[in-house]
Amino acid sequence: MGHPTLTHADDADPRDRGGTAQPLLIARDLRKHFQVKGGPASLFGAGRAAVRAVDGVSFTLFKGETLGIVGESGCGKSTLARLLLHLIVPDAGELIFDGDTVAAPDGITVRALRQQVQMVFQDSYSSLNPRMPVQDSVAFGPYVQGRSQAEARDIARDILVKVGLNPALFGPRYPHELSGGQKQRVNIARALAINPRMVILDEAVSALDKSIEAQVLNLLRQLKRSFNLTYVFISHDLNVVQYISDRVLVMYLGHVVELGPVDAIFERPLHPYTVALLGSRPSMDPAHRIDEPPLNGDPPSPINPPSGCRFRTRCAHAEAVCAETVPVLGAWLDCGSHVAACHIQTPGSGHSQATTQGMA
Amino acid sequence: MSQTSATAQAASNWEADALPATKVRSYWQSVGYRLRHDPVTLVFGAVVLAVILAAIFAPWIAPMDPYKDSVIGRLKPFGWRGHLLGTDELGRDMLSRLIHGGRISLMMGLVPVLVATIVGGILGVVAGFGGRAVNTAIMRTMDVFYAFPSVLLAVAISGAMGGGIGNGMLALSLVFTPAICRVAETATAQVRNLDFIEAARASGAGTFTIIRHHVLGNVLGPVFIYSSSLVSVSILLASGLSFLGLGVKPPEPDWGLMLSTLRQSIYVNPLVCAVPGIAIFITSICFNLVSDGIRAAMDVRM
Amino acid sequence: MLAYILRRILYVVPIAFGVSVVCFSLVHLAPGDPLQTILPADATAETIEIVKKAYGFDKPIPVQFGLWLLHVLQGDFGVSISSRRPVIDEVLGSLSNTLVLTGFAIPVAFVIGFTMGAIAGCHPGRAIDRFVTGVAVMGVSLPNYWLGIVLVIVFAVEWMVLPATGMGPSGSASFSIFRLDDLRYLILPVITLSMIPIGILSRTTRAAVAEIRGQDFIITLRAKGLSEFAIIRHVVKNAMPGVLAVMGLQFGYLIGGSILIETVFTWPGSGFLLSKSIINRDIPVLQGSILLLAMVFVATNLLVDLLQSAIDPRIRRA
Repeated sequence: MGHPTLTHADDADPRDRGGTAQPLLIARDLRKHFQVKGGPASLFGAGRAAVRAVDGVSFTLFKGETLGIVGESGCGKSTLARLLLHLIVPDAGELIFDGDTVAAPDGITVRALRQQVQMVFQDSYSSLNPRMPVQDSVAFGPYVQGRSQAEARDIARDILVKVGLNPALFGPRYPHELSGGQKQRVNIARALAINPRMVILDEAVSALDKSIEAQVLNLLRQLKRSFNLTYVFISHDLNVVQYISDRVLVMYLGHVVELGPVDAIFERPLHPYTVALLGSRPSMDPAHRIDEPPLNGDPPSPINPPSGCRFRTRCAHAEAVCAETVPVLGAWLDCGSHVAACHIQTPGSGHSQATTQGMA
Repeated sequence: MSQTSATAQAASNWEADALPATKVRSYWQSVGYRLRHDPVTLVFGAVVLAVILAAIFAPWIAPMDPYKDSVIGRLKPFGWRGHLLGTDELGRDMLSRLIHGGRISLMMGLVPVLVATIVGGILGVVAGFGGRAVNTAIMRTMDVFYAFPSVLLAVAISGAMGGGIGNGMLALSLVFTPAICRVAETATAQVRNLDFIEAARASGAGTFTIIRHHVLGNVLGPVFIYSSSLVSVSILLASGLSFLGLGVKPPEPDWGLMLSTLRQSIYVNPLVCAVPGIAIFITSICFNLVSDGIRAAMDVRM
Repeated sequence: MLAYILRRILYVVPIAFGVSVVCFSLVHLAPGDPLQTILPADATAETIEIVKKAYGFDKPIPVQFGLWLLHVLQGDFGVSISSRRPVIDEVLGSLSNTLVLTGFAIPVAFVIGFTMGAIAGCHPGRAIDRFVTGVAVMGVSLPNYWLGIVLVIVFAVEWMVLPATGMGPSGSASFSIFRLDDLRYLILPVITLSMIPIGILSRTTRAAVAEIRGQDFIITLRAKGLSEFAIIRHVVKNAMPGVLAVMGLQFGYLIGGSILIETVFTWPGSGFLLSKSIINRDIPVLQGSILLLAMVFVATNLLVDLLQSAIDPRIRRA
C-alpha cells in the first residue's frame, strides 16, 4: 500500500542519485561560532569572544542508516542539527547531499534541500503553534511546498493515520489538548508530510515518559522501514541511542571525538571521553556500584576551549602532546570504520600509549 | 541489555490513544464563551454599545436642534421647558448637544487608536522580524516619541499645527503608535524564537508566509488587548485637547469643548456645567471595564 | 555597575537629540509663516526680508536647526513674542510653580495610593479589595480637569470654603508654602492632580503586594512563626522598589501633563504657560517649554532607572 506522496520502501525513489554506494550526506569541517554579547570592552570594539559551538565537524551519513549523535549539554549537537538544514548558516565547511553541494551555485539550493530533509523537534511547549489545530500545523509543510489547501489537508490526515493518530479525533485539536506522546507524533507527522528522505531527530523523545518514549521509538523504527528513511538521531540518553542507532557519533565541545558502529562504540569504546560517558550510566546490578564518578568536574566553557585536545583537562591519560596538537579523527568517510580523535589512537602522534598499528 | 529495548518490545502497540471525545472548541469560541458568562463586561459592553449607537443615530434621537440658541433660555436648570438636561450658556439644549457631541468625541477617541494599532502593529512586526538594523532604527525612533509625556506630546503636536479635529486625531495617533509598536515588537520577538517558527522555516516557508500564518495569530492577541485598553485613555485625552481649544471649533458640539465654554458659568448653574464631564466619565469607564473583561477572556494560558 | 550607569547615561544623548529634533520640527509644522505673528499684515517686502534675516529664517532648515541647537545648549531659548522676556526665564519661573504643585501631589498620591493598594493586596478578593480596585479604575477613567471643575463647584461656589483659582491671594510672586493662607490655594489643585497617580499607584501596589504574598518565602516566614505585622513589613519592603519606580514616572508625567489642571485653576505653571503660548502662537515659548518639559521627563526617567538599579540588583542588566 503506497501513499500517493510518501515513497514506499519497495518503490525506487526517483530523487535518488548514485544509489546506495553514495553517502546521503557528507558533512565536511562544519564550523559555527556565535558572537558573545561583549562585556565592557565591547563598547570600544575590542575583541569579542565567540562561543565555538561547532568547530570542525565531519562525518558521513549513509542511505538507510540511523546515525546517533550523543554528547552532553553544550557539546554542540543541537547547533549541528540546525546546520544540517541550514537553519543556521555555517561559518565554514560544506555539506554534500547525495552528491550535490548545498548552497553552492552548481549544487542544490537550501529550499530544495528542505524538500528532502526534515527535522523533528523536542516536544517543548513551543514546538507546535498553540493557535493552530494540529492538522493545520501538519498541512503547513505541503502547503508551502506548493500544494493546494485541500490537498495539503488530505496529506495531513493521511500522515496522522500513519503515526497512529485518528485524524477525525485529533486533527482539529489544539496542542494544549494533546498529551506529550501525541504531540510528538504530530511533530513526526509534520516532518513526514513533505515526504523527506532524511529526518533529523533532535532530542525527539527526551521529554517523554519512559513508556511513551518506547512507543514513539518503535513508531520511528517502523516508519523508517516503511518509507525508506535515513535518520540522524540526536540525544543525550545513551540507552536510547544504543537502541535505535546503527552507527554512533560522539561529540565533545564542538568536536567529534569518536565515530563508529553502535556495537563497537558501546562494547569497545576508544576515546577516553566515551569510556567515561558509558561508565557513568547507572547500572541495574547492585554488584556494579562504583564510588568514584568516572568523569570529574564540569565541561570547560565553549567560549575558551582548551588548546589541542579539548578533553585533556578531564582526561586521565593527558600528556604534553595533547595540549599542543589537535587530534585528528581519521578515516571518517568509511562506512564501517571505528575511529576516535585521540592521540592514543593515532600511531606516531607522540603519545606514550599510541599504538603503532591502525585501529580496530 | 538496556531496559529501553525490553519495554519497547513489550509496548510496541502504537494504536491511536483512546481519549474521550470531548467537544473541541476553537480559541475564539472559548473567548466568546467566557465573555458571554461575564456579567460585568456584558453590562458595561451594553452601555458602550448604547453610547455608540446614540452617537451614530444622533440626528434621529436628539430631541432638539443642538445649534438652536436662545437669548432668554440660557443656563436653565433640568427640565425647564422640555430641556431634560437644561440649556447651555447660549440657550441650546444640553441633551441634544450631548448626543451630537458624542459623535465627535467618540470619533476623536476611537480613530487614533485604530490608526495607531494598524501603524504601530505593522512597525512592531517589521521591527521584530527585520533584523538588528531595522529593529534598532524603528525602536529607537519610537523611544524618542516615548520620551514625551502623552499629554504634552498631544498638546504640542496639535497646538503647533493649529488645532482642529484632524490635527487632534493625528496628534493622538502619534502619541499611541510607539506604545502599540512596542507591544507588537515584544510579542513578535517572543514568538520568533519559538520552535514552531523554526519548524515552519524548515518546511521551506518564506518570511512573509511565516508571518502571515504563524506570527500574526499570536501577535494580534496582545496587540488587540492593549489597544482596547487605550480607548478610554484616548477619549480622555481627546476631550482634554478639546477642552484646551485644540479640538473642534464652536459652535460644533463636543464634550470637552462644552466643558470649557461652560466653565465660565459655574457660578450661575453649576449642575448643568458638570453634565458633559459625566458623559466623558461614563464613556471612558465603560470602555475601561469592557477592555478589562476582554483581556480576562483572551489572556488564557493555552 | 559603573559600566551600566555610564551606558545608561550615554543612552540619553541620542534620545535627547531626537527630542530636540522633534521640538524643532514642531515649529515648522505650524501652518502659516512664523513671521506672520511677528510682523503686521501690511509689512513691506523689504521689512519681511530684514526680519527674516534677523531670525535666520532665510537659511536652509538643517542650518537653522544647528544654530537653534547651539543656542539652546547655551541656555538661550530666544525671546517670548508676547512678553518680550527671555524664554528661559519664563519657562523656569513657571516650572517652579508647577513643581510646587507636583511636589505636594506626589507624596499625597503615594501615601494614599500605596496604603490603599497594600490593604487591598493583603485581602485579595474581599470587599475592600473590590472597593479599592473600583476607586482606582474610577481614578484613571475620570477626566481629571472635570473633577477639578466639580471640586471648584462644590468647595468654591456652593460652600465657599476654598478659593477657586489662582496661586495665592497675592499672586505667584509672593507665594510661600509656609503661609497658611497661600496653602489654601493648593488644596483643590493638589487633590485633582493626585487623582490619576492614586489610581495607578494603588493598582500597582495591589498587584505587587498580592504577588509577593503568594511567594514561597512568605510562606516560609509564616511557618517560622513570624507575626502577621512583621510579615507585612517584609512584603512592603519588597514591594517598595517597584512602586517607587512607578511613582517616579508619575512625577515626570505630572510635570509634563499638568497643563489641563493648571488651566482649570489658573495656576501659573509651565502647563499654563504652554497653553497660553498656543493661543498667542508664541512660537519661542512653545518650543522652549516643550523642550524643557520633555527634558525634565527624560531626566526623571533616567534618575528613576538608576535609583532602581541601585536598590534592586535584579534590574541591573549586564
